[in-house]
Formats: sequence, structure tokens, C-alpha cells
Amino acid sequence: MTRRIGIAILCGFVLIAGWPLLTEDVFLQRIGALVLLAAISASAWNLIGGYAGQVSLGHAAYFGTGAYAALVVYDQLGWPPIAGAPVGVVVSLALAAIVGTPTFRLRGHYFTMATIAEAELIRILASNWALLGAAVGLMGPAVPRGIADLSFISPLPYYYLFLAVLVMLLWLTWMMQRSRMGFYLAAIRGGDRAARSLGVPVLRYKLYALLLSAGFTSLAGTLYAVMVGFIDPDSGLGILLSVKMVIIAALGGAGTLFGPLVGAIILIPLEQLTNDVFGGSGTGITFIVYGAIIVLIARFQPGGMAEIWRHVIARAARRRAA
Amino acid sequence: MILLQVVVSGLLMGAVYALFSSGLTLIWGMMNVVNFAHGDFVMLAMYVAFFAYTLFHLGPAIFIPAAAALLFVLGVVVYMALVRHIARGPMLAQILGTFGLALVLRYAAFWAFSANFVSLPDTLVGGTFDLGGLRIEASRLLGGVLALVITIGLHLVLTRTMLGSRLLAVAEDRSAAMLMGIRPDRMQALAWGVGAAAAGVAGALIALFFYISPTVGESLTLIAFVVVCLGGFGSVPGALIAGLTIGVIQALSAYLLGAVYQDAVVYALFLLVLWVRPQGLMGSAA
Repeated sequence: MTRRIGIAILCGFVLIAGWPLLTEDVFLQRIGALVLLAAISASAWNLIGGYAGQVSLGHAAYFGTGAYAALVVYDQLGWPPIAGAPVGVVVSLALAAIVGTPTFRLRGHYFTMATIAEAELIRILASNWALLGAAVGLMGPAVPRGIADLSFISPLPYYYLFLAVLVMLLWLTWMMQRSRMGFYLAAIRGGDRAARSLGVPVLRYKLYALLLSAGFTSLAGTLYAVMVGFIDPDSGLGILLSVKMVIIAALGGAGTLFGPLVGAIILIPLEQLTNDVFGGSGTGITFIVYGAIIVLIARFQPGGMAEIWRHVIARAARRRAA
Repeated sequence: MILLQVVVSGLLMGAVYALFSSGLTLIWGMMNVVNFAHGDFVMLAMYVAFFAYTLFHLGPAIFIPAAAALLFVLGVVVYMALVRHIARGPMLAQILGTFGLALVLRYAAFWAFSANFVSLPDTLVGGTFDLGGLRIEASRLLGGVLALVITIGLHLVLTRTMLGSRLLAVAEDRSAAMLMGIRPDRMQALAWGVGAAAAGVAGALIALFFYISPTVGESLTLIAFVVVCLGGFGSVPGALIAGLTIGVIQALSAYLLGAVYQDAVVYALFLLVLWVRPQGLMGSAA
């Protein structure tokens, strides 16, 4: 049984690694890249929202910081957008440390609401800040000036760039999960008070998880801006971005290593499909679908796909035993 | 004088905030579940008022109670179909459940009514009062005063009637209430109905003088959270004071800093209060 699961997982990896080579269709290759990008930001959210159980609905703030950093260094200094990555990460870490520390005293819903208010505050400020292009937004290089601009027509280079980042993030998550920090976060997820009574430094480890999470979310934002070459307050800082990260992680299984990747593989093609089918007003329909999906998850399957997967394995094991 | 004008219009808007926030605080105090769709309930009620007038030529005397009744039903249905099942589930499910509902309502409205801003005609409740240089539109005055009266009425119903005592008993201690012969499930459904109806009346009142759009609910939800946090979770008088305060702060910051920053100031204030006093300004450490 475990062997068969191992083979299935291996096949999954091979499929993901080879996906853009299997198809000539640029559209499908592009969807592949978008799936990986969504998986990166959802996996980053998963560190604080899934593993530590602190449901943030304000991660758009970090995503937007990374995205804006890429296009601000281009716009102001003429640097290639990817050079904004370290800038975005540093600003995001500072932001996370400043707003995270007091916010972590809040539990449950209160934490979630505070994260929404923080992100909305930042969105309003960015919408009125000339350096960030205010409500109009910023553009990347119209014509690539060199390889460093990472401006390609084919989605292939983006696909493998995103895959590399995702593998790094998942590897770090896996290491974290097996380390002392993983156990601390699991305790924190069970409840602040209980964790503290076990001697877990709750605030410090929540902050570590948030810093790691914010850094990678910011990186995802930079990658998005590099690929799309345009950012405005809605596409970079809108609350729906935060919601999307949460839905993807929750659909696949929050607090599991591969949950966000599975969620992205299901949801991003679905989003493209609804956009195609419903055309111009597609974005509206997409969010009706998103809303319905999370209502159904919350109502019937709070553990996400990971829970279904566990049931399947458990049933198979029982059948073997019988 | 202008400053006084700003304060008065802030108070009138604040009274409406107080009304829909009392609905949220009731739900919240009852079962410690948040409704992320509360502002979208208000938005739906605004459209009820709009279509009642444009399609059937019904005036405020009809569409305000109609919005209350429709939203009451919606609140009960949402409780029975969704909230009852997620209330004791994991935190993530609680948050996603009503947030998903908010997305569905918001974008269904977007799809059905289009993204365009609409509004009721100014003449529906026309005229402007002139009180010694202080000019107040009749529609805002009607909205503010009615909201104030209904909020106080809600408080009286909760504290002075048998029904209110039953509701509060369930909020206090579910199992003790059950031993007293109260059915908590029924009371919680009622709380959701009344909470949504408060949002319904408030929505119909705002529609008298405010633009209507599918996304208006997003900031209204946040404002309701701010009011409830400031006023203490479960306290209607707290929501009243906090609602009026937020209305005035918003109006003042719109006047002093510009309208684009009016919500930013409120959110910043909210964060400061949460950071300093996580239990809210008037709440007790529970």
C-alpha cells in the first residue's frame, strides 16, 4: 500500500516537472506557471495560517510589497524588476515584525480582523501614494532590455523559475515541520494557553512563522510582477488576493505540506475555465464559485482534500486488514 | 460652523452604523461566531429598497419593513443551513464559512445588478432643514433618527422582555439555559434573524441618502467590526456609543484629510485599540 502511494507521488512529481514539455499549447503552459505561483503564495500563507493556525486574511500586504518593490526599483532606478526581490523581502519582514508583534496577542477572529484592517489600511495608503503610481499603478519594462529583465514570451522560463522557488519553499517547510519549530507550531495551533503551559515561547514562534511566511509571500509578489509587468492597488493589494491564498490552502488542506499545491492544481484551472466560459463578467462569476467552494469546505470538509485523502488511505488499509 | 455641520452629519451616519453593528454584536455575543457577511447583508437591503422603489414604486414606509422582514428570513436561513454546523468547528472553518457567504452575496449582486453605482432619487425624502445656519437633509435626518430609535428599541427588547432574557440566558450559559427549558438552537436562530434584520433596516435607511453598489458591503463589514470591538462584544449600548463615535471620526477625517482617507483613519484607530486593549474599549476581560 505505502509503495503504491509512493509510486503515485513520484508520478505526480514527474508530471509537474515535465508538464510544460508535454504540451505545445502556450495557454496550458501559462496555466501551469500560474498554478505554481499560486502554490508558492498559498504555501507561504500555510506556514502561519495552516501550521501555526493563525488565520491571516491580510497576506495581500506582503504580496503587494514584493510586487511593488519589483516595479518601483525599475521605475525609479531603472534596475531589472527581479532586483526588487530582496527589497520587497526586507520591507515585508519589517512590516511583519512591526504589525505582527502586537497582533499576535489577539486570538481567533480578532487576529483575522486585525490582519484585514492592516492590509486594507496599506491598500488605501498605496492607492494615494505617487511613488507607487497611486490608483493607476506601475508598469514594468515595455521591451526587455536584456536577459536580467526576465521578460520572456514563452511561459517556460517562468514555469521553471517558479518551480525552483516552490521546491525550495516546500523543502524548508518540510524541514521546519520535522524540527522543534514544527512541534511548537502544532502546539500553538491547538491553543495559545495550552502551548504556553507546555513551555512553548508562543509569541516568538508565531513571529518566526510569520516572518518566513511574509518573506515568501513577498517573493511570490515579486515573481508575479516580473511575469505580468504591471501592478495596481487591486491586483497587488486587494483583499481578494489574501482570500485566494486562504482558499487554495484550505481546499488542499491547511497545515499539510502538499495541501496548497493540490489546492492550486484544482482551483487555478477552474478559475481559467470560468473566466473562459463566462467571458467579460468572468471575474465576478469566479468569485461566486470561490465563495461557494469555501462555504462548502467549511460546512462539510473543514480539513480540505487532505482529509478526504486520509479517509481513502484509512479505508484501503481497513480493507487490506479484513 | 462647518465643523459643527460635519459633526452632525457624522452623528447621523454614526446612528446607522450603530444600528447594523448592534445586529452584529447580538450575533457575536450570542455564540461567539463572527459574521463576515454582515456588511453584505446591509448591501442586499440597500438593493431591496432600490428595487422596491424603482420596480414597484413603493415608498420608505413599505420598503424599510420589507427589507427587515426579508433579511430576517435570510439570517435564519443562513444560521440553519450554515452557521449552526460550523459554530463549533475549527477556527478556519468558522472564518471561511461566513467569508465565503460574503463573496457569494457580493459577486452575485455584482453579476445580477452590475457594478454600476445606483441611488434612490433625492426627492424620495426631499427637503433640507435649516436650523440656525445648520443645514440637514431630511433623508439623513430621517435615517439617523430612525436608526437611533430602533437601536434603543432593540436594547429595550433585549433587557426588558422575556424574549430578551431568554436570548441573553443562552448567550450567558448555553447548558444552564437548556436546563431552564430554553431551546438554545431556536434562540440562536432568532438572534441571527434579528441581527440580519437590523442590518436590513440600516441598509434601507442608508439607501435613502447613499449610493448603492455591490461592493459597498466590504467596508461596512469592517466598520461593523470596528464598532463592535470598540463597544464591547455583545453590548448594544456600547455599539450605539461606538457607532456614533466612528461616524463623527469618519466625517471629521474626511473633512480634514480628504474622503479617501476616512476609512484608513478608522482602521488605524481600530488596530490601535485592538493592540492596546484586545477586549475592546468598553468590553470586560472575558
